[in-house]
Amino acid sequence: MQHNVYLYILGMWAVSYLIRVLPLTLIRREITNKTIRSFLYYVPYVTLAVMTFPAILSATQSPVSGALALVLGLALAWFGGSLFQVSVACCAVVFVAELAMGL
Amino acid sequence: MLTDRKKWFFKGLKDGIPIMLGYFAVSIALGISARNAGMTAPQATIASALIMASAGQYIGFTLIAASASYAEVIVMEAIANARYLLMSTALSQKVDPKLPLRHRLLMGLWITDEIFGVSVSVEGRLNPWYNYGMAAVATPGWALGTLAGVVLGNVLPVRVVSALSVGLFGMFMSIFVPPMRKNRIIAALVAVSFAASYAFNAMALFSGISSGMKIIILTVVISLGAALLFPVEGEDGHAA
Repeated sequence: MQHNVYLYILGMWAVSYLIRVLPLTLIRREITNKTIRSFLYYVPYVTLAVMTFPAILSATQSPVSGALALVLGLALAWFGGSLFQVSVACCAVVFVAELAMGL
Repeated sequence: MLTDRKKWFFKGLKDGIPIMLGYFAVSIALGISARNAGMTAPQATIASALIMASAGQYIGFTLIAASASYAEVIVMEAIANARYLLMSTALSQKVDPKLPLRHRLLMGLWITDEIFGVSVSVEGRLNPWYNYGMAAVATPGWALGTLAGVVLGNVLPVRVVSALSVGLFGMFMSIFVPPMRKNRIIAALVAVSFAASYAFNAMALFSGISSGMKIIILTVVISLGAALLFPVEGEDGHAA
């Protein structure tokens, strides 16, 4: 069967959009259940931490430069670096480290 | 009210810049996979501008290359993107309960890991214009990076792509690290998340599970455990 690429794209978009928009539109009230509130309070931190590690080690050409970016990013963010500063510093350390390693 | 909108929109534009740079870098790889799947530059660019989901699009492109059925593509897309259900639920508690439907429908278009992470970390209620500002710069970054990937392929120096690709992780760290200083439970939770995520990736048992699925399983299990062991009291709860 011949498939139309634009139909694939439309299908992918529609299902992604429904997933993203349904809770936001259907849950109109504040949730009062303490467990659910606590769960939702912890979700962002856990999900961001899980996405960062160990993925950062394989995002770069060498796990060493990824690890350097991780350590620098954690330290800078701990000592109050802004979103932009931390992000740019991580990129810079990878660039310099890989240059030094001759990659 | 109008100045408030403006303030948040411009703040969004500014905070969207690192997202845009990171997206540009990451989506180059996505563009290359689109090209390998036989997609044209316009097709890949449109897909990225609309869908804005790295794992989801990557899986989709792979299935398109294999000429899979529409149903298969849709099911896999739902699995890869299921974590957005959680993010959307968290945002539903972060916005003003009286926020009109049109804003909810618009905000839903741009729930990505990064836009969610940044917007959920603002103090107090979330103004939708903050998300629109971020989306206004992040979307072109994602779409144009994909386009560059299709057109340029491997012309860009690998070191540049490698360096840019950690930008997104830097953003994540700037979001989850500062609360670790103030809240020991969150500090412990991040440590547990790192360890569990590492173990999950290292175990051959789970190698068949997509990365999107791993994220959702770990997020649900760890957050639920934390919610049961350390329920949040009072106002803090809706700061999430």
